[in-house]
Amino acid sequence: MTLPHFTADADPGPDFASLLRRVGRDPDARIVESMGAVTAPLTITHATTVVAIRTRDGVVMAGDRRATSGNLISHRAMEKVFPADRWSGVAIAGAAGPAMEMVRLFQLQLEHYEKVEGHPLSLEGKANQLSQMVRAHLPAAMQGMVVVPLFAGYDLQRGVGRLFEFDVTGGRYEELHHAATGSGSLHAGTVVKIGYRAEMDPSEAVDLAIRALFEAADDDSATGGPDLVRGIFPIVALIDADGFRRLEDDEIRRRFEAMIGDLSPTNTRGAAEGGQRPEQEVDR
Amino acid sequence: MSMPFYVAPEQVMKDRADYARKGIARGRSLCAVTYDDGILICAENSSATLRKVSEIYDRIAFAGVGKYNEFDQLRVAGVRHADLKGYSYSREDVDARSLANAYAQMLGQIFTHEMKPMEVEILVAEIGDEPGHDELFHILYDGSVVDEERFSVLGGEADTITGRLEASWADDLDLPRALRAAVDALTGPDRTLSGRELEVAVLARSNGRRKFARIEGTRLEELLAG
Repeated sequence: MTLPHFTADADPGPDFASLLRRVGRDPDARIVESMGAVTAPLTITHATTVVAIRTRDGVVMAGDRRATSGNLISHRAMEKVFPADRWSGVAIAGAAGPAMEMVRLFQLQLEHYEKVEGHPLSLEGKANQLSQMVRAHLPAAMQGMVVVPLFAGYDLQRGVGRLFEFDVTGGRYEELHHAATGSGSLHAGTVVKIGYRAEMDPSEAVDLAIRALFEAADDDSATGGPDLVRGIFPIVALIDADGFRRLEDDEIRRRFEAMIGDLSPTNTRGAAEGGQRPEQEVDR
Repeated sequence: MSMPFYVAPEQVMKDRADYARKGIARGRSLCAVTYDDGILICAENSSATLRKVSEIYDRIAFAGVGKYNEFDQLRVAGVRHADLKGYSYSREDVDARSLANAYAQMLGQIFTHEMKPMEVEILVAEIGDEPGHDELFHILYDGSVVDEERFSVLGGEADTITGRLEASWADDLDLPRALRAAVDALTGPDRTLSGRELEVAVLARSNGRRKFARIEGTRLEELLAG
């Protein structure tokens, strides 16, 4: 590998994507070319539900762990919430392959800019970068490989957490309260919407996000719930003035157990009074 | 028909080397010192924006002396090389040795084939998993690579500064003492330098994935005072 060195007029600047194009390795071009040749429908792995909630100190992001191919579960422990850089995170829903590649490229893009320029992009600049990447992906999205991310970060200049939603055409929408995307987003979004309050405490927001994913998993087959047997739990991350921080699995487990304790039938009067009898008794 | 004057190749190379060396000697020197938690790089630089020391990749740092626009060009090429390699293979596959070789190729090529050699000396430093495994590659204007241990000095006054570091370096330096040794070596007994005239950065094992961190402002003043 020789040193990539360019004359002043051909220099790609701090943009990693245009550096890739300059060295003949445009990732989008390959995806679209190969998709043109597809005649039979492919089964593409899809990643599902992610939510983000603005809090008093920043933003909470959470995503379930399931990936599906058609009606099959293809992965139980997929990660959908990633740090984009020290101060921001990105969560993905949609076709898993292109989505993971988009995240990898986005992370590199931010780091590359920071290193070449000597200072990081503004939060707005990062959101716009991601919007351009989603738009560049549109031809592949038209072929069924839709990728719809959420982007959240701590704006160091303004001192607040900010949250951005995208659509498949690269449209970028700043959300003031909360956002959800993916197949279970209708259910998860509703739970968040009902439980949301302004200036929420981060810990409450984490519980709300976990509850939202739980309810989405309850009603959407493509969203995975907590897997107590294998010890797989949603990924939850906090983004605030200290940067991006992923919560430990143990903490998520505790929060889940507390929530399930609150929800279980023994705690609800209706079940105790025998609305529905346990199956074993019916057999006798 | 006019004939160009014959100049012996030895003379051509010597002239170019002298030219490059003169250019490098005009600027201030810098040094890199290994210490218990990593590598400290300390440069004499009164500008807070035009950097001599910077980050290349997770475990790799770059430092340059001489003509700013030339070593900055090399720095950016190095970031591109590392990021492309990490993207193609994996982050673990990016190493200082291959980057140093790429730099050496480029500088050697320019030294022999271009009108003007680059008036730079650069350092590619990579931090190891434990003390004693750090790598310091010192690359000269003509593409020669020197693999150095313990510390490395770049610039016109390298010999004097190396002499001072030989005396003060020890294998159990911590960060404040390493900084002291580096600053004293750069200034010598007759001068002093304040935090504003220094550019200091470390590759520290205790940092996360990206080991590079600048030490500036109050933190630098505290370390210099302590």
